[in-house]
Amino acid sequence: MSDEPQKGGYIRQAWLVIILALVYGAALAGTQTALGPRIAENKKNETFHQIPMLVEGADSAKTEPVTVKGKDGKDQVVYRARSADGTFLGWVLPTTGQGFADRIDVLIGVNADVTKITGMYVLDQKETPGLGALITEEDFLKQYRGISTDKPITVVKAEPAPGQILAISGATISSDSVTDIVNKTIENLKEPIRTLDTK
Amino acid sequence: MSNSQPTAQERFINGILPENPTYRQLLGMCPTLAVTGAMEPAMTMAAATGFVMISANVIISLIRGLLKPHLRILIFTLTIATFVTIADRFLAAYMYEMSKQLGSYIPLIIVNCIIISRCEICAAKQGVGTALADGVGMSLGFLLGLGSIATVREILGSGTWFGMAVLPEAWPDWGIMVLPPGAFLTLGLLLGLVNWLGNRKKSAGTP
Repeated sequence: MSDEPQKGGYIRQAWLVIILALVYGAALAGTQTALGPRIAENKKNETFHQIPMLVEGADSAKTEPVTVKGKDGKDQVVYRARSADGTFLGWVLPTTGQGFADRIDVLIGVNADVTKITGMYVLDQKETPGLGALITEEDFLKQYRGISTDKPITVVKAEPAPGQILAISGATISSDSVTDIVNKTIENLKEPIRTLDTK
Repeated sequence: MSNSQPTAQERFINGILPENPTYRQLLGMCPTLAVTGAMEPAMTMAAATGFVMISANVIISLIRGLLKPHLRILIFTLTIATFVTIADRFLAAYMYEMSKQLGSYIPLIIVNCIIISRCEICAAKQGVGTALADGVGMSLGFLLGLGSIATVREILGSGTWFGMAVLPEAWPDWGIMVLPPGAFLTLGLLLGLVNWLGNRKKSAGTP
């Protein structure tokens, strides 16, 4: 690794980087193909595990996935939550969006006619430990409970009024991201879900 | 060049104690402080870091003749990031709870200075056997570093080791030990102890 003069074109300088990027890319695609279904299964199990916390009184075993076409025209899976005796209680909406560092996966619980948020859970996130990662804490998530879905939720940095979210200090972007994900998902799915069978 | 470089055996031994990444080089302090509240996450972190370090060392050593000096860091980072992603996906598939507990610290292995320093110091200059020995030695050194801190913190902070009760019920768990200040306290005290022992050995050797 002597300091030889740099000569040749870009390709001559960087061919190893390009080849390695392709090889590594293929290796990662292989890993994802092999492990992806298992990871999705883990997330689904956790989703079902969380359902009683998202819709009060719901029973994981009685809850079933339903496919609904959102306003954006894309099919999306939502969960119809029922109590142990089969009474219909509400919906759980699994959704995702961009956070500060990486994608944030969120579960939103809503009541039967989609007028109120009944619970929130962060399924996966890679926000900054100690700051953005606080979005997974109950102290932050409980603020969403009971908020009406009539108008978009707003985030403030001090003294939240009812229906507003107090941002986490030092993690405004993460707080905004979660709220943005909730607003977009509710807006996208509110009307379509109301047309679904609730028996 | 290889004449002046340590042999595979020396690399292996150096990694464990004489050049221990935690106590001698003070590298990789972020995971050292963050995931040593209990043995289980600390050992998972050590294993994941070891996997990345050994794999990256071997690959870099294999292609060391092709490296261009001004592009080498880019290739190190690319290689490390690939193995970190594989480790991250593996944990999410087979150790889901642990993967959630460690959260962003697994992707953050990419910026662990121990690994890139081993690529630069050893793997880019020496053969595969030596690079492998170096990777294994350094991984064991890191495991020792994380394990010793996690042992002190978990036993004093929760009265358990690997989740098994080791102190009597009457032990009042020192909550501070599992919190971030406990990490700094433990690291500082153990570091002082290791240096003190090292100095004593040195002065005993000279008449």
